[in-house]
Amino acid sequence: MYSRPFHYHRAKSLAEASALLAQLGEGARVLAGGQSLIPLMKLRLASPAHLVDLNFIPKLSYVEKDSKTIRLGAMTRHTDIESSAVAQEIPILKDCAAGIADVQVRNRGTLGGSLAEADPSGDWGPVLLTLSTQVRAVGPQGERTIQLSDFFVDAYTTSLGPGELVREVVVEIPPKNSGGAYLAFKRCAPVYATASVAVQLTLGDKDICREARVALGCVGLTAIRPGEAERALQGQTINRTSIEAAAEAARAAADPQPDMRGSAELKRELVGVLVRRAIVIAVRRARGERVEGGHIYA
Amino acid sequence: MPETIPRVPIRVKVNGKDYSLDVEPRLLLVDLLREELDLTGTHVGCDTTYCGACTVLLNGASIKSCTVFAVQADQGEVLTVEGLAENDKLHPIQQAFADHHGLQCGFCTPGLLLSTLQLLAKNPHPSEQEIRKGLAGNTCRCTGYQNILKSVQAAAQGGRT
Repeated sequence: MYSRPFHYHRAKSLAEASALLAQLGEGARVLAGGQSLIPLMKLRLASPAHLVDLNFIPKLSYVEKDSKTIRLGAMTRHTDIESSAVAQEIPILKDCAAGIADVQVRNRGTLGGSLAEADPSGDWGPVLLTLSTQVRAVGPQGERTIQLSDFFVDAYTTSLGPGELVREVVVEIPPKNSGGAYLAFKRCAPVYATASVAVQLTLGDKDICREARVALGCVGLTAIRPGEAERALQGQTINRTSIEAAAEAARAAADPQPDMRGSAELKRELVGVLVRRAIVIAVRRARGERVEGGHIYA
Repeated sequence: MPETIPRVPIRVKVNGKDYSLDVEPRLLLVDLLREELDLTGTHVGCDTTYCGACTVLLNGASIKSCTVFAVQADQGEVLTVEGLAENDKLHPIQQAFADHHGLQCGFCTPGLLLSTLQLLAKNPHPSEQEIRKGLAGNTCRCTGYQNILKSVQAAAQGGRT
């Protein structure tokens, strides 16, 4: 299948890409990994008149760590995150990077592209919302930093302005007694998840939960942070009662739509199951255990 | 009169051979291979980034060539199924698929061979679970995957990738 014809522009720098986008206007789209955009173009659900290719810009793919933060370049492929030393240290990043679609898609798809597309079923949104994450963007007005919670505005809509591009994603390293897990339920490898849950817990004295962050994917127009579920865990011992309260609150906060992946009831039920399982894995990881997480196939 | 879209000059190495040509921006890599270079071993299955029949290696990474534009392969190296055998000697992965009946109709096989090559390059001795996960982007409608699994295990035991 062929997309509609388009003009191809190969940017040599982000500044050039940004200037091109500003100049070409509404008809121009950015080509990062292309694993969502190219299928959309082939189905003619998207028909940009111009594509600005970021793949030939040097030095946009990296995973770097200092004492407090991890910095990931916008064009870092999921595969490169999966195999990075940082993903070994912060297992929730590995859960996500190692399970997005399949090997071939992970070899092309990029972190910056995934965030900027803001697909309601995207994997990185819920994961990075449970960590303290900032997006560094460059645009015609220069560079700015956006909190990830302010970045997602609506389905397929971010707070990036015209001509503005993700340059880098900055993630705060969670404290030592913190653990996280990402679980996504999908029907088979290449498809989007039916429902997904990210949990990050920080334990204090006597294993009381000092801080809890929960995010739900695929069950709303953007990833959802269920505040009630987080409050059900914060300041509590993590046991059957608090886990069940969090799962119930998460089920209530989910706003699933029925589609080919499943009914609204199925998705809501999945949210509860995944929250329960993710909490258990997160607690064990916070205690230093090595436990498997990630994508679960039907 | 529709506006004219300029073609883009690209240089690409496919199976060790250099090519220079001008391509329409919307030309997909798989169509470059099949239609322009006559390398029809790479198949178009679903054409929607699902089935993996069009899998090739681009700069050493397995990709679905129906989901990459040919212009993106500029200055790159592509390996297709035609580049696996040396003269008349099958690649060890091809031989393992032949020996263990890892194919029936053969439509998905070129993609599976390249995905196996990618898997074994990164993980020469994968577990059964790692093989299943490594090949999860390739769909086969005939075999039920059991003999594909056996073929990959045999190729891994052969010690050559």
